[in-house]
Amino acid sequence: MPIGVKTVDRPEVESSYLRATLKGMALTFKHLVRPVTASQQYPEEKYEVSPRWRGTHRMAVHVDGRAKCVACGLCPTVCPANCIKLIPAEDENGERYAAVYEIDEFRCIFCGYCQEVCPVEAIHVGVHYENAEYSRERFVYDLERLCAQKHPFTQLWDPEDPASE
Amino acid sequence: MGPLSTKAFLIIGAAKMLMIFVGWLTAVAGVTLAERKIAAWIQDRSGPNRVGPWGLFQPIADGLKNFLKEEVRPAGSSRWVFYLAPVISMFPAMVVFAVIPIAAPLPTRWGTVNMIVADLPIGILYILAIASLGVYGLVLGGWSSNSKYSFLGGVRASAQMISYEVALGLSLVPILMVAGNVTLPQLVSQQQDALWYILPLMVGYLFLTASYFAETNRLPFDMPEAESELVAGFHTEYSAMKFAMFMLAEYANMVTAAALMATLFFGGWDIPFWSGDNMTLAADGSVAGAAPAWWKTTLTGLCFAAKTGFFILVFIWVRWTVPRFRYDQVMSLGWKVLIPMEVVYVALLGGAMLYLDYLGIPFGTRYALYLTALNVVLMLVIVFVVDRNRIILGAGWRQTRPQRVKSEWIEYADRRQDSR
Repeated sequence: MPIGVKTVDRPEVESSYLRATLKGMALTFKHLVRPVTASQQYPEEKYEVSPRWRGTHRMAVHVDGRAKCVACGLCPTVCPANCIKLIPAEDENGERYAAVYEIDEFRCIFCGYCQEVCPVEAIHVGVHYENAEYSRERFVYDLERLCAQKHPFTQLWDPEDPASE
Repeated sequence: MGPLSTKAFLIIGAAKMLMIFVGWLTAVAGVTLAERKIAAWIQDRSGPNRVGPWGLFQPIADGLKNFLKEEVRPAGSSRWVFYLAPVISMFPAMVVFAVIPIAAPLPTRWGTVNMIVADLPIGILYILAIASLGVYGLVLGGWSSNSKYSFLGGVRASAQMISYEVALGLSLVPILMVAGNVTLPQLVSQQQDALWYILPLMVGYLFLTASYFAETNRLPFDMPEAESELVAGFHTEYSAMKFAMFMLAEYANMVTAAALMATLFFGGWDIPFWSGDNMTLAADGSVAGAAPAWWKTTLTGLCFAAKTGFFILVFIWVRWTVPRFRYDQVMSLGWKVLIPMEVVYVALLGGAMLYLDYLGIPFGTRYALYLTALNVVLMLVIVFVVDRNRIILGAGWRQTRPQRVKSEWIEYADRRQDSR
């Protein structure tokens, strides 16, 4: 017998096959007749995600429908996945706005830094996860589409417990 | 009423074949769904429930999908063998059903019809002969795929099924000894007259169950498939409808095995505790025992279906309970445990029968009860004496005799493991 191999003296009930199998079958039968507990009927019943769930992005808008974004450039800078494309522009009043604002949801790692860093609380990650599409191009969300999202914003921290203590 | 005329025999025979074929295929489709549902329930899931009410049309959806999928034949595979293998594995399960009586004889205008496609005088022998052909489908499929996984699956299938063929044959010997004949309708009527063979031959039933699980490649014995080891074993390279045919063949074998268990040990279509269905149809068309009636045929048919369904449930239930054996466990269970135990059992049973014959007890309920007593004793011996670290050579088994290993080695090993 090689070194390190131990012979385990198991109790008789465990080392028998028929008795142990019958015991196992009794157990599986209990599960067979008891009501289903693990399945969730997905499209009908949806999983309730946490308010801190970081999902599909959403741009906050003013009452007149303009995006709140001031094109400061902080979110593309902080983005670790480099998925935000921002080209700033200035209007006649000298106010900056995003001429192009695109987020590639495929490249995004949903860290939520963009929301944290935004000085005007414009870009947010959202409590939303059903963003399947038929083509890869559709995963690049432009400004219009980001503004049109309706799902709730993510709460990045609990306002009563900001340090998560 | 005399026997059927040739013309009526041919027409009714064709009708019976069609009925059994359609009913059997429906049953197989149902079993594929039942497997998924029961698997799900055992794992506390709900299983397929999207196609139709409670997912009842799932087999239809599966079939349509498989028809529409692309057929892939691997490069370097043996074309005709590759195409033939699924057919070969499907065929035996189907033709075995021909000798299984499914209900009490049915009285018709043209004579009394035996509810069996072919009442062959060699019954059980035919089943053994045809069932052993099933391994060809697996072996040829595995060999012709030109894939290592398939090949290993085929090799395992051949070794396992040939080994358990012996065990299966030996586990049927007790029935042949007690019954003294091999045709299945005769077996059914004998069980009606005496006791169901499950009581006087329960040890034989244990052996038959083990052998049939191995023959149908169901879970504790699914060596040829072994998804965690061989991808999908012998049908790794199969796709679309040919793959579906292998799957169907597995379930078909299961249905046939369940029907055979019901027939051989649980009285076939016999309704328990009721003598109104105890009838036998002789070759000349005369019926002995109770009078046949269409409603009796229907009831006994349903009874047969219920028994078969129960054994299918057992097949599925066991699959989702026990883990797969190791390959050497399968082989040693077959050759070192089942076959010797069966030989001893046959000898003991033969001795008991000789003694009962010597005492002059005729075959009947009392005879069967004596054999039951013997079997209960043997069953207890097997469960409580033999089945201790011996039947399945698992973790608790000593590879060799318990050696007096130098105790310092063990202590050294213990210390090493502890210090890790």
